[in-house]
Amino acid sequence: MNLRRDVFQAISDPTRRAILLLVASQSLTAGAIASNFNTARPTVSKHLQILTECELIRQEQNGREIYYHINAKKMKEVADFIEPFRKMWDDRFNKLETIMKNYKDK
Amino acid sequence: MELKTKIIAEDGKQDLIITREFDLPLNLLFKAYAEADIVEQWMGTKVIKLENKKHGSYQFETSDGKGNVVFRANGVIHDFIEDRKIIRTFEMENAPFGVQLELLEFEKLTDSTSKLHIHTIYQSVALRNQMLQLPFAQGINMAHNRLQDIANNLK
Repeated sequence: MNLRRDVFQAISDPTRRAILLLVASQSLTAGAIASNFNTARPTVSKHLQILTECELIRQEQNGREIYYHINAKKMKEVADFIEPFRKMWDDRFNKLETIMKNYKDK
Repeated sequence: MELKTKIIAEDGKQDLIITREFDLPLNLLFKAYAEADIVEQWMGTKVIKLENKKHGSYQFETSDGKGNVVFRANGVIHDFIEDRKIIRTFEMENAPFGVQLELLEFEKLTDSTSKLHIHTIYQSVALRNQMLQLPFAQGINMAHNRLQDIANNLK
């Protein structure tokens, strides 16, 4: 449970959301990520640490460099937050589709 | 498999977008919104009034098995252009969600398929987020109730 709480805390920060967007498209080193922000390098490191701790991103050693990449599975859990709302509309629209298909047959 | 119904609700914004592609020709999709008896069927609510025309208004009502009204909503139609768009307000009565502006666009994809694009604007970010959590409150998904508790504790 604590892990989930952390996930939502992690995405509540705009810099961390920006980092997630960056690493969503490609794996990047901490330096490459930091170069996108005006904030101090240690601040970016702290954000990377929080994102890593709640498993939204993962570290991967590549030679002497550490690359960060997105953990798609964990990101999906965050997306699931609005899933019941989406499902409610999906059910309604499925019903609409079925009704109108029968309507066409009449 | 790609999801048929998509929701875009960006963080910190007071609107949301719902899109859905239908295996229906455009005119039938539009008809499902235009005719009261069809709206009743797929929305699962009673349509008390539906004046689908510019400056018209509508009213929905749902009762439980004992005849108690459990849901009542109303709004005014700002614009109504057949097979193209509906602009209307939506307000749930006796609920703390304020009034919403709904912009519905109906698009033809092929002769037998169509797409609905709904842009809903809420009075505030907080009200939008409450609305997104409404299905939790209704207990549609028990597993997600716990998640809502967690989210509430974060506030």
